[in-house]
Amino acid sequence: MTTTVARLHRIDPLGALVSAVGAASLLWLPFVVFKLNRILPGDAHSLMQVLPASAALACQVSLILIALVALGIADARVRLAAALVGVIVVAAAVASAANLLTPAGNRVVRVAPGSGFWVLLVALGLMATDAITRLRPRPRPAVRVLMLALFAAVAGAALAHGTFDNLSVMREYAVNAGRFAHEARQHVWLALGSLAAAIVVALPLGILCHRVPRLRGSVLGGLNVIQTIPAIALYGILMAPLGALAAAVPLAARLGIRGIGAAPAVLALFLYSLLPVVANTVAGLKRVSPAAVEAARGMGMTRWQILTGVELLLALPTILTGIRIVLVQNIGLVTVAALIGGGGLGVFVFQGIGQTAIDLVLLGAIPTVALAFSAAVLLDALIDTMNRTRQ
Amino acid sequence: MISIDNLSKQYGSTTVVDRVSLDIERNSITVIVGTSGSGKSTLLRMINRLVEPSSGRVLIDGNDTAGEPAHLLRRRIGYAIQGNGLFPHRTVAENIATVPRLLGWDDTRLRARVLQLLTVFQLDPAEFAGKFPHQLSGGQQQRVGVARALAAEPAVLLMDEPFGALDPIIRAKAQDDLLDIQRRFATTIVLVTHDMDEAFRLGSRVAVMSRGRVLQYDRPAVLITRPADPFVSQMTGLADRAMRLLSLTTAGEAVIPGAAGGPVIAASASLRDALSELVWRGAESVAVVDADGAPLGRLTVAAILAHGRPG
Ligand SMILES: Nc1ncnc2c1ncn2[C@@H]1O[C@H](COP(=O)(O)OP(=O)(O)OP(=O)(O)O)[C@@H](O)[C@H]1O
Ligand SMILES: [Mg+2]
Repeated sequence: MTTTVARLHRIDPLGALVSAVGAASLLWLPFVVFKLNRILPGDAHSLMQVLPASAALACQVSLILIALVALGIADARVRLAAALVGVIVVAAAVASAANLLTPAGNRVVRVAPGSGFWVLLVALGLMATDAITRLRPRPRPAVRVLMLALFAAVAGAALAHGTFDNLSVMREYAVNAGRFAHEARQHVWLALGSLAAAIVVALPLGILCHRVPRLRGSVLGGLNVIQTIPAIALYGILMAPLGALAAAVPLAARLGIRGIGAAPAVLALFLYSLLPVVANTVAGLKRVSPAAVEAARGMGMTRWQILTGVELLLALPTILTGIRIVLVQNIGLVTVAALIGGGGLGVFVFQGIGQTAIDLVLLGAIPTVALAFSAAVLLDALIDTMNRTRQ
Repeated sequence: MISIDNLSKQYGSTTVVDRVSLDIERNSITVIVGTSGSGKSTLLRMINRLVEPSSGRVLIDGNDTAGEPAHLLRRRIGYAIQGNGLFPHRTVAENIATVPRLLGWDDTRLRARVLQLLTVFQLDPAEFAGKFPHQLSGGQQQRVGVARALAAEPAVLLMDEPFGALDPIIRAKAQDDLLDIQRRFATTIVLVTHDMDEAFRLGSRVAVMSRGRVLQYDRPAVLITRPADPFVSQMTGLADRAMRLLSLTTAGEAVIPGAAGGPVIAASASLRDALSELVWRGAESVAVVDADGAPLGRLTVAAILAHGRPG
């Protein structure tokens, strides 16, 4: 306790930044925006204007306490807890603001989170991620997965309970609920499917590059070139040959292979996925101790036993790092697939842009970010678990 | 037991092992020494066919090793290398169990063998069985490496500079342990080193290699007293050859009848140690006793010195 108090005298630089930004956004930026309908520009409201005095005060006091923690307390666990409480407070505030501003039964008016809300959220997120990187000892992988699950459960429960139903994003969701489930599934399918296909091809290719060093340069060089093509251009490049294939081979068309749609999307994502997996497979195999392989051979293990029982197992953490890169990257890139009719959550993003309906954009963007974040946490935990049992 | 018959290995146009023939006795330690690049490892690795010979044959108990699949041959032959090559992702017990697993031993037999080996190599099973290699010291890793090589009770054990990475004290201990192990398991050991002291200490026979050829293959004392080639005497060391020779004979082997007062030395000590003791004490003779302390006789300076020259 005394150390905590003593530490109060030293001001944390990141804490100062976060607090200043948070305070400024609370004072000068709109916390919510009220619109008479989906398209019309709206009126800005501050937190103090929408919430009843007592609730607004409670909210401000909690945020000030959190700012104090950010400024003066070094214990990373306290900082993390404070940031997470802050996220909950801000989320609850925006939800109740929406409920208060929306006349009962009115399904036309829109209450959207304002820039002040978003800036606050980013500030708190910054504080949380900073606290996580400061945690010593680093939280064990299982703990991290548990924290993610807990967070997902809280968010899921709030959504199911309808806490945010009067927020504009959820209004968009309510209108698009059926399509949302379908596009979300399509999004995951495109990301995982292209990843799976890439692993099936890249793993043997990586092993081959490791065994035949002459191939390494040209294979990695070629994949590198693909990596530099922008996604949208790659879709364009693939459109012509796939379209031609569909025209020439009716079976291909019947299987869903066309110049636009899921086929070029999966193919492009697949091509993007190859380099990280191949490169990491090669790097992982290269790291395997030659003495271990020599001993394995000397003890009478077959080539296959050495590959699967020694080399690939030892390279697995590095290979998984490549797979993690690909998965997170794919979840993001799938969004672009919507442009060529590939489906996925990008459908809402581009529709929203087309209709200048920012709420619809968010309906696509928020789940995409959440998916990518969860995938990163899960795979990092898996990789850490493996590295822990070794050196 | 192992007959190496006119064995050669060429890489392209360079001959790395050149028409080598050796007969290796059962239940002994044979050491291959030579300068770096002389072909020692290549010769050793042709015995378990990690390197396929260009010509010539290797017979084990009269059977040509070329007659069976290489990986099956290797499971019958222990193999330990410098840097031990332990699997970093497997525990000590799993590492040791590697070859028995490949051979399909049942669990009870396998567990009993792992326990036995850990005990023999002075690694408390309760403490070490579940550890990973990176949690062990270099000396402990090396012992696990040898234990793993011996796990499936091979009749032959090949070792390529197994103690190369150890500091001198641990290394001496590892050499003593190897002599014990060899006796206990009656294994036929072929060991490669470039350390002449190690060769003399361990080898009942030593093959000296240079540029792919075996120049001389004999008992250590013969290498010193009757070198077949100037290179052999250069390897064995001209300056201290007398002391080397003395270190090859024990006090028990050289003891002469009679009683002596003053210093006492064990029968298992070498003549080199006995002489050192005499010089240090300024004495003319030393009493030799057996392991129980019972007197066997004595050694004089003159008697010791007689063993330090040829003839
Ligand atoms: N796969 C190979 N291809 C070509 N040359 C080789 C190969 N393996 C070994 N050599 C060459 O054969 C010669 C003997 O090598 P070897 O490893 O048997 O020597 P060594 O006596 O064990 O040496 P060291 O004491 O340094 O281990 C060396 O000149 C080496 O460069
Ligand atoms: Mg060698």
